[in-house]
Amino acid sequence: MEPTTDQNQTGLDHRHLLGLSDFSAREIHLILETARRFRDVLDRPIRRVPTLRGITVVNLFFESSTRTRISFELAEKRLSADTVNFSASGSSVSKGESLKDTAQNIEAMKIDMVVVRHESPGAPHFLTQCVDAVVINAGDGAHEHPTQALLDMLTISDRFGKLNGLNISIIGDILHSRVARSNIHGLLTMGANVTICGPKPLLPVHLDKITGAGKLRITNRLDEALEGCDVAMALRIQMERQGKSLFPSTREYHEQFGIQMHHLQHHKDLVVMHPGPVNRGVELASEVVDHERALILNQVTNGVAVRMSVLYLLSGQTVTE
Amino acid sequence: MTQELTPNLLIVGGTILNPQTGSATPADICIENGTITEIGAKLDRKGKAIYDATDKFISIGWMDMHVHFREPGYEHKETIVTGSRAAAFGGFTAVACMPNTNPPIHTRDVVEFIIERAEKTPVDVYPIACVSKNRAGESLAEMADLAAGGAVAFSDDGSPVQNSGLMRHALEYSSMLNIPIINHEEDLSLGTKGHMHEGEVSTRLGLPGISGLSEEIMIARDILLAEYTGGHVHVAHISTAKGVDQVREAKKRGINITTEVCPHHFAITDALVESSGYHTNTKMHPPLRPQSDIDGIKRGLADGTIDAICTDHAPHASFEKEVEYIAAPFGILGLETAWGLTGRELVSEGVLSVSEAVYKLSIAPREILHLAVPEIKVGQKANLTVFDATTEWVFSANDIKSKSTNTPFVGSKMVGKAWAIYNKGFFVNNG
Repeated sequence: MEPTTDQNQTGLDHRHLLGLSDFSAREIHLILETARRFRDVLDRPIRRVPTLRGITVVNLFFESSTRTRISFELAEKRLSADTVNFSASGSSVSKGESLKDTAQNIEAMKIDMVVVRHESPGAPHFLTQCVDAVVINAGDGAHEHPTQALLDMLTISDRFGKLNGLNISIIGDILHSRVARSNIHGLLTMGANVTICGPKPLLPVHLDKITGAGKLRITNRLDEALEGCDVAMALRIQMERQGKSLFPSTREYHEQFGIQMHHLQHHKDLVVMHPGPVNRGVELASEVVDHERALILNQVTNGVAVRMSVLYLLSGQTVTE
Repeated sequence: MTQELTPNLLIVGGTILNPQTGSATPADICIENGTITEIGAKLDRKGKAIYDATDKFISIGWMDMHVHFREPGYEHKETIVTGSRAAAFGGFTAVACMPNTNPPIHTRDVVEFIIERAEKTPVDVYPIACVSKNRAGESLAEMADLAAGGAVAFSDDGSPVQNSGLMRHALEYSSMLNIPIINHEEDLSLGTKGHMHEGEVSTRLGLPGISGLSEEIMIARDILLAEYTGGHVHVAHISTAKGVDQVREAKKRGINITTEVCPHHFAITDALVESSGYHTNTKMHPPLRPQSDIDGIKRGLADGTIDAICTDHAPHASFEKEVEYIAAPFGILGLETAWGLTGRELVSEGVLSVSEAVYKLSIAPREILHLAVPEIKVGQKANLTVFDATTEWVFSANDIKSKSTNTPFVGSKMVGKAWAIYNKGFFVNNG
């Protein structure tokens, strides 16, 4: 089975996937539905389709990443695309070659799509100005990580059969989180109610303004965030940030904002998600990570399917087979 | 744009605008050997080189008290010659240049080098020397020697004088010399890793922010230090409404404080970072602020709290700016667009009259720096700017006269044009 396009669906309105802030509900729905069809491919004995044969994708990772890079690479291989990996750490300045030169050099080798992860917000936007290839944002600083939010939405809608009207709490370091921003945009667009929770120094002061007044519920109390909540999305705490001025210690963080077994016992329908990698005993108690209501591994599986969907839809291919 | 030594010139048909009194008087001006020899109606044109200034104003030459000419050390961005060309195009006959060069302007020989380099340009270039040795913020530079060499102010611009004790002593020492300290007002602990204004837009874009707070806390400190020491603090490139309010209150209390604003801080907002797709020509220090700060700046300009309009002209080469946002250096060009933006945002909008705007571009900076103010008077050296406040034009890449091109204003509407300058015997015609 190959993904098919309905007569009345015209594909994506965007040429690139830079972020979800301006993606419509129709586009997000299309990506998720297409991902579901691709997920069937992943369950076959031979997990490969020829959809992107002849398409070359380069994975430009300027920041260390294991799971996102592997997930994209698998998605590309499952679609029979030719893939090239480029990994370098640090900004262009420390690296000695500018991002523009790197991108243009790689494009000169004739590539069709670029998947980019970079520490600078806006680096994918900048790439669209340097090269003609389709650009997919795999995480840019604290700006957006759209494929993560898409796989999160796929996981949630698998579980609940919908996104509209669900109560979803995003908990933790919002200040530095691209995952939070993409999820805020995507979930609100799909009609979910979003609550943001975390210690005040980790919540941006102007957070409530970014989506239009009153759309986000913001709290500094975990019990408030979990009350009536369908999905609790815990975000990763960067261990190097503890002990500075943002929060005192991971021990205190876990006490105040970590999801523990008693939360799952008290909220019988609550499910827990995490973009990974989890710091066991910090964002989530270790038993919570392994609990049947933790959807973390579903998220990982869906990651490959969502990335196949995005690669396919942006490749501009119409399926003829 | 033509630039030629023109010792003798008759400027006819213009209107002499005196920003001190606001008077506008139609008159011809005759210049011989660089000196004004006659002012009056319908002067004899026979055998003279003529410039027709019909429908244009003539004022004393303008001064930009905050530019970065990058020489010595960063000549790939700008030189004194190319920077002066940009200044002349913008209507400026004088600039004061900041000391973040390499080496920095922290010894007398660098001061003298810059003055000598500027001799053959149409623009008077006044060096601003460092407050601290190597701009390191640790120990005082040799202020008296620097002043003797020709430094007109002290600043570690680009960096704040972060250490309050050093700032106190700098103010005490410089007050002996009757020279201001120009401070880049920023508490680095509140925004050292920021790349744009901290607000709604930075939060959406995920860019680390520089809050207005970091500027306002430093201004508050410097007001207290100026009051205590009696030194003169000049607040560089003010950018927030609360900062303006603090300076207004300090002036009411008689504290020796002055300030300046750049056109980009009243012409464009931080929304441009987003709408431009993270274009690095929207990145400068202080950052572009929201509309509420622009409103406060316009109030401060109208009521005189903000003394001067400057540009913070900060050239960077294309290869330095064509990088991802967080790797890009801070700063944009300013000289070429200063008057067109002032006309568009302040004069057309009724914030300032033409005369008031010209005052902030000519007399105010010279008074702050204790420089002689030129006069349009028989027997005086001709130091003139010819301009209007009504020509509508679109700024194009061809109008960039700087060595660098880092401006967000290509394609923007300008109101008012500087048509020519005359200074040091040079006539620069932008027409």
